[in-house]
Amino acid sequence: MQNDKAIQVEQLTKRFGDFTAVDAISFEVNKGEIFGFLGANGAGKTTAMRMLCGLSLPTSGKAAVAGFDVYKQTEHIKRNIGYMSQKFSLYEDLTVKENIRLYAGIYGKSNAFIKEKTARLLQQLHLEAEANKLVGSLPLGWKQKLAFSVAVFHEPQIVFLDEPTGGVDPVTRREFWNMIYHAAAEGVTIFVTTHYMDEAEYCNRVSIMVDGRIDALDTPNALKKQFNVTSMDEVFLHLARKATRSDN
Amino acid sequence: MKAVTVNNIVKKYGTKKETVQALHGISFEVEQGALYGIIGPDGAGKTSLFRILTTLLLAEEGSATVDGFDVVKDYKAIRKRVGYMPGRFSLYPDLTVEENLEFFATIFNTSISENYDLVKDIYSQIEPFKKRMAGKLSGGMKQKLALSCALIHRPSVLFLDEPTTGVDAVSRKEFWEMLKKLKQQGITILVSTPYMDEAGMCDTVALMQNGRLLSVDTPQGTINEFKHPLLAARNSNMLQLLNDLKADTGVVDAYPFGEYHHVVMQNGTEKARLEQHLRQNNAEAFDAVPNIEDCFMALMKNEPAK
Repeated sequence: MQNDKAIQVEQLTKRFGDFTAVDAISFEVNKGEIFGFLGANGAGKTTAMRMLCGLSLPTSGKAAVAGFDVYKQTEHIKRNIGYMSQKFSLYEDLTVKENIRLYAGIYGKSNAFIKEKTARLLQQLHLEAEANKLVGSLPLGWKQKLAFSVAVFHEPQIVFLDEPTGGVDPVTRREFWNMIYHAAAEGVTIFVTTHYMDEAEYCNRVSIMVDGRIDALDTPNALKKQFNVTSMDEVFLHLARKATRSDN
Repeated sequence: MKAVTVNNIVKKYGTKKETVQALHGISFEVEQGALYGIIGPDGAGKTSLFRILTTLLLAEEGSATVDGFDVVKDYKAIRKRVGYMPGRFSLYPDLTVEENLEFFATIFNTSISENYDLVKDIYSQIEPFKKRMAGKLSGGMKQKLALSCALIHRPSVLFLDEPTTGVDAVSRKEFWEMLKKLKQQGITILVSTPYMDEAGMCDTVALMQNGRLLSVDTPQGTINEFKHPLLAARNSNMLQLLNDLKADTGVVDAYPFGEYHHVVMQNGTEKARLEQHLRQNNAEAFDAVPNIEDCFMALMKNEPAK
């Protein structure tokens, strides 16, 4: 395994009965890269992500995440990745501090580590005054930023972000991406899905899934050149319109 | 008569000790037959507003009418006249597609055949699966069934709460095409969305944040209200460029915008100066046309924080 690759995927396939959800996809993600994983609803993104997170066994093909095999070393994978989704991220009826403590504890971090890092994190997020407030009482934008911080609290090599900015206001959306940039600059690999095509432009490289396959993979600029269009929105529409299957 | 009138509606949640104010005295009117968009992020108060107008929630203050009826006094009349598609899928998962539609037709004392013409365009797309349980449908098909169920009693006003949230760009475009067709049938449609790029599809857009309306206008009118010159800029180091732009004294605001940064300038003189400066330093810079997202961010800056 080359150690400059955070993720290596070769002919990865998942079938449910006679339905091929993920159809022999191959790609690599470099360490510290911001990798956009796009596709229409039902293209197979969630299934692919679940395999990469060690939550679902592939039918065939090969994949390594953080150097660990997706068939045999799923527990190692889980320890070395972070995960955040729009739908579920934090416990609303726990306080900010309790949420951090819970997640860090699950990842087996020491009390000393948790204490020291929690203080630093609350300061960075300007959440010191809210440390003992219930997460449910925070505005959505703060929740999402806190959720991202919690997802990388145990210092994973890779963080999977599943539509992290859905429904978030345009200013907070940009603050969120600023956090992504900083995490990537510190060497964390970012694997992100989004329905906002302007966010695709913020990725180093973007893949677009159509009907279980990866139909395009390159830098945003190269993709626009390849399809002779001026925006990622047009690239996406061009590819996704060809899709024959419609949904999860 | 206006299809919807809203006067100083206030909505609060919680106890006396700890209240969250969801709506801070909102007022607006919707013309009959309009496609009216309420655009704002999660937590703006869109759902509270829709629930008040569909008589599912009482406001603390203010008044509102739908199709000429008062939302408190005449709630029964309103319930017969409106269609409501909530943000969460709210059909019966253990009934089939056809059973769901029939159920909603029956509780409004009508039948599928009586109003089939109205839902035909949408329902025909899922009709091949009419014996399938609603719970087993894909996201896009659920959305079409929910819209059909909200329409089957031929409502005069249709409320759609975030119908396109979590839906991919292609399906979102298709959904708005469906709404345009419905509008041609004379139905007034109020639709909420967190996606700024959907504003252009509406006759009128109300931008909403933290329980207040930031602006109400046509899409073009909203954009015309953006008074500052706007530049688009990029170079090979976008993060550094953003920091440099933010530090410039002539810059009101700078933020990433797709492959460029958008730079809001104090005035034309400052814009000309910065444009020249950027070009001399190997950056690309040109006049940008603001869109709804630029407007929204500019308006957010004037609002008190929550």
